[in-house]
Amino acid sequence: MERFTTLTGVAAALQHANLDTDQIMPKQFLRGIDRSGLADGFLFDLRFAAPGRPRPDFVLNRAPWNEAVVLVTGPNFGCGSSREHAVWGMRELGIRCVIGTTFGGIFGDNCTRNGVPAITLPVVEVERLMALAADPARCRITVDLQTRTILSPGDGRELPFEFDPLRRHMLLEGLDAVGLTLQHADDIRRFERQYLQHQPWL
Amino acid sequence: MTPRTLYRRIVDAHTVGPLGEGGEILLYVDRQVLNEYTSPQAFAALHAAGRTVWRPQASIAVVDHVNPTNPVRTARTMALADAGRARQVRTLAENCARHGIELYDMLDSRQGIEHVVASEQGLVLPGMVIAAGDSHTTTHGAMGALGFGIGSSEIEHLLATQTLVYRVMRSMRVTIGGRVGAGVTAKDLILALIRTIGADGASGHVIEFTGEAITALGVEGRLTLCNMGVEAAARGAIVAPDDALFEYLHGRPRAPKGADWDAALARWRDLRSEDGAVFDAEVTLDASRIGPMVTWGTSPDQGTTIDSVVPDPAGEADPARRKSMSRALEYMDLRPGQPLDGLAISHAFIGSCTNGRLDDLRDAARVLRGRKVAPGIRAMVVPGSTSVREQAEAEGLDAVFRDAGFEWRQAGCSMCVAMNDDHLEPGDRCASSTNRNFEGRQGAGARTHLMSPAMVAAAAVSGAITDVRRLLPG
Repeated sequence: MERFTTLTGVAAALQHANLDTDQIMPKQFLRGIDRSGLADGFLFDLRFAAPGRPRPDFVLNRAPWNEAVVLVTGPNFGCGSSREHAVWGMRELGIRCVIGTTFGGIFGDNCTRNGVPAITLPVVEVERLMALAADPARCRITVDLQTRTILSPGDGRELPFEFDPLRRHMLLEGLDAVGLTLQHADDIRRFERQYLQHQPWL
Repeated sequence: MTPRTLYRRIVDAHTVGPLGEGGEILLYVDRQVLNEYTSPQAFAALHAAGRTVWRPQASIAVVDHVNPTNPVRTARTMALADAGRARQVRTLAENCARHGIELYDMLDSRQGIEHVVASEQGLVLPGMVIAAGDSHTTTHGAMGALGFGIGSSEIEHLLATQTLVYRVMRSMRVTIGGRVGAGVTAKDLILALIRTIGADGASGHVIEFTGEAITALGVEGRLTLCNMGVEAAARGAIVAPDDALFEYLHGRPRAPKGADWDAALARWRDLRSEDGAVFDAEVTLDASRIGPMVTWGTSPDQGTTIDSVVPDPAGEADPARRKSMSRALEYMDLRPGQPLDGLAISHAFIGSCTNGRLDDLRDAARVLRGRKVAPGIRAMVVPGSTSVREQAEAEGLDAVFRDAGFEWRQAGCSMCVAMNDDHLEPGDRCASSTNRNFEGRQGAGARTHLMSPAMVAAAAVSGAITDVRRLLPG
């Protein structure tokens, strides 16, 4: 996994509540067996009127947000289907961080596993960042996972955020989760032996 | 010791050990179910890292999302014209063969939607933890198990280690007291709950359902209920096991037998929240006040009772929700104040992991007997599994559906997710027994109204969304 330490760039606002993964990565992009080639699929119907025909008024198709690296999202972004394709496509398009009040639970986990921190903040802070993100002159922010702060030069604020310590460690170091867990292989084997001994029917 | 919730007891019984300072644990998982579209990337990563599958017998694989549902199932009708889908099915078979994982392929008599198959085969037992690359894995909570969906990277982790790095969720108790009225089903209870708490109302929580109305539901109704827990953002939805469940499980192909059954039963009888256990959140509903539900919008919380009208976004205080409501009404081509009863449809669909089981088909057939699908309406039944289809045929339900004018098809996810050839066209309006009314879910530009199977049947014969209670026998 690619490391995430600090990121500076354009933030784009997606105000929609409950933007689901069917919209984030529609079904016609789910016919593959790998993780690549999904950038076009990301938010397809919002971004494109037809294949190859971008909607000029959609935020991610307009400067400066066509270079967005952060999304500030409405509540429950990424709800619905577990399809990790949603995160693969988003990441491939260049989004490295999402900020909102809540995220679809599976989507949030998928983000972490792909080097994309999903940061949750109180609604008042999300609304503030959304207003900044909507302003082309003030939409650049810095997300620093090392110090757990979001810097917004647009209003001169420095906002601390909470982030799960283990996930933060994994992101900062770009660690392989499976490799880390396999360091506990003996513990798993011991647990499993005992667990199955009491329930031989499993 | 502090009394523990059933959820916490299941987690504790599966904890290999704590991890780090943040409260995460290594959670042992009893079983994973694999499908053709979210597992290939997990296997590819496993192979790239030179790793193997920790416990192949913990996995079961099913083809369900992309398979056709043509009326006749043969090697020829199951040959997939789409190269991408064909590759997904072939890759799943190759991965299963390579690692010794049991596969229910398209021509297998046990094939069906993973969340229907797992319980009917007795593959999910009370007290288990089950994870799968499909969000509706919450379904298995009806078996007194903790089930939740995961992404492909977590599937890889699970295949390689039989564990997940897990953060314990908060707990929510949903108590539904009272008795349901005629024509009101588990689907209506869960749609009413989602409307009450919102599509993110159980975010970060695992639900335990309890109360008179829950106990009174059969196991299949509880499967419907827990299935849609995820539509309120729950990371698990559990009903404590009881005699109804034990009766359901007894004799299932993979359920324990003989002395093992007795030993298992003794353990299962203890699976409940301890007296005095405190939940992080409490929600209470009265079943007797819940009517047949219909969604009007593009999120499962945008629903109301059949006798209500489409709400006005102007009445919504929250700006994000107001905007979503307006966008939903535009997409659905509805206006505030419009009655739902009488809204003309073009399609009716019965099926899915939510409502594709035998009880669901019986409910719908009761409405359809002696009636015909209204002119111009295309109506389909897609049983949740091949086994459900066979049982329904043994009861003569297929004849009821066919006589009424429904297409009687083969098992699969079909038009719930429209990843095979079954999909709607832009502007089509469908009365659907499925779980998601998202934009484009059943086909780009298509409009989905979620409701119970009986309500779908009522809509099909009326040509319009209608109150099923008017059509029920005396």
